[in-house]
Amino acid sequence: MLDGLIATYNGRVRKLDGVTAMARVDIPDGKVALLIGGGSGHEPAYHGYVGDNMADGAALGNVFAAPTPDIILEATKAVHRGKGVLYLYGNYAGDILNFDMAAELAAEEGIEVQTLLVRDDVACGPIENRRGIGGAMLAVKIAGGAAATLDTLDEVVRVTSKALDNIRSISVALHAGSIPETGQFTFELPDDEIEIGMGVHGEAGVWREKMVPTDTLVDKMMELILQDLPFERGNEVCMLINGAGSTTNMELLIANRRALQVLDANGITVHEAVVGSLFTTQEMAGFSISLMRVDDELKRYYDMPVRSFGWTKW
Amino acid sequence: MLLYLCQQMIGYTDTLTQADQAIGDGDHGIGMARGFEAVRQKLEAGSFTALDELFKTTGMTLITSIGGASGIIFGTWFRGGAKNLGGVAVLDAQGFSTWLVDGLAAVKERGKTKAGDKTMVDALEPAALKSAQVASAPLTEALAAAAEAARVGMEATKEMVASVGRAKSLGERSLGHPDPGAVSTYLILKTMYDFVAWANQSS
Repeated sequence: MLDGLIATYNGRVRKLDGVTAMARVDIPDGKVALLIGGGSGHEPAYHGYVGDNMADGAALGNVFAAPTPDIILEATKAVHRGKGVLYLYGNYAGDILNFDMAAELAAEEGIEVQTLLVRDDVACGPIENRRGIGGAMLAVKIAGGAAATLDTLDEVVRVTSKALDNIRSISVALHAGSIPETGQFTFELPDDEIEIGMGVHGEAGVWREKMVPTDTLVDKMMELILQDLPFERGNEVCMLINGAGSTTNMELLIANRRALQVLDANGITVHEAVVGSLFTTQEMAGFSISLMRVDDELKRYYDMPVRSFGWTKW
Repeated sequence: MLLYLCQQMIGYTDTLTQADQAIGDGDHGIGMARGFEAVRQKLEAGSFTALDELFKTTGMTLITSIGGASGIIFGTWFRGGAKNLGGVAVLDAQGFSTWLVDGLAAVKERGKTKAGDKTMVDALEPAALKSAQVASAPLTEALAAAAEAARVGMEATKEMVASVGRAKSLGERSLGHPDPGAVSTYLILKTMYDFVAWANQSS
């Protein structure tokens, strides 16, 4: 998988020796570095977000399992250009344990590391319990733009934190994805039911109910997100309608149409709406909606062009 | 002793897989087997004169070969427990207790966990406390007491609801099953006891 992914970059990204990690080949000296990572099985997240004005490198684990500290450390050394490294990844126990240990090992080698967690899933109660889901791509977009532009790690952390504070997501699942090693589905869900708030590894959601029309479903999802931040009349947002793996583009576009109507009815303007399967759970069926409230500063980094496997934008 | 531990832990793959399938994603047995196989190769390839070197190598190898959360936690136990064993050549009850107490502190610090969270700490903490009480006893007795304390602690995790790690999303559904990490902790200590008891008998 990693070889195939790197091949899509036409020489702009390389695989690191002996570990499942990758890095851009042309990271300028004196640049603040952005390292992302996590388990596989969510492609293009996270490793497909490596690219120009996106992340400088990624550490990959096995399917749904965190990368080990030695992998993260090698990736850290490969992207470091003297200005420190920002670790940005989802709020999961395994990832935190491994990235924290790697950060300590990097510190022993004189590399400054700071860490920010993506925790955008409004289905999990208080912020410290929230999982990182589809909104990760918006966070990496802003962090990548900031890291390409700003001079210090502290400034990149400040801007990325602002983005994270303003991102909210909710997901819905119609059918489970499977783990290749065991061949088993990550959860069971009857054909005529949906689960709102389902996590990206099949973690339990908020509630289950009988299948409803897309518009009704999107209305409920938007209500959960909008009231959480809360997003208010006059706000401006970027939106991602994200497919979970086996949901068709047609379905995502139908959801996009309704979500835009809901935003309009609430007096919220849209800076940009992106539609695609950009954070998946193997072949899970379902989708997520992510909103990021933006101001002039965040729009500046959002509008920068990016070139990556996951997302290319001019 | 550690080579025997590796061999036995690899043999427990199915036991641990079943324990993990009940409340986790079922990969704990495979992960521990992979980790202890890597340790076996590492130990057979090198020679060690002091305990800290031996335990640190074991810990680092577990960390880099198991993956996920278990690798860090079990590796940190071995690695963190070694910090005050520099230059110690022979394991006695005092050294064993130092290893457990320091290892426990390192695991709690790393995992941000405490007793009652339904983790391996629920087996390791009673074992460490017990070992400190019997630190002047013969090693066999200290190992037996610590392994028994770990077993009681592991059994108690059946009555707990998981509050950290991936099992926490199961909530009440985790009741009735022991924590797989606590099962591993008990098996590690029991295996160390078995080896020392056997070595004493044969000498």
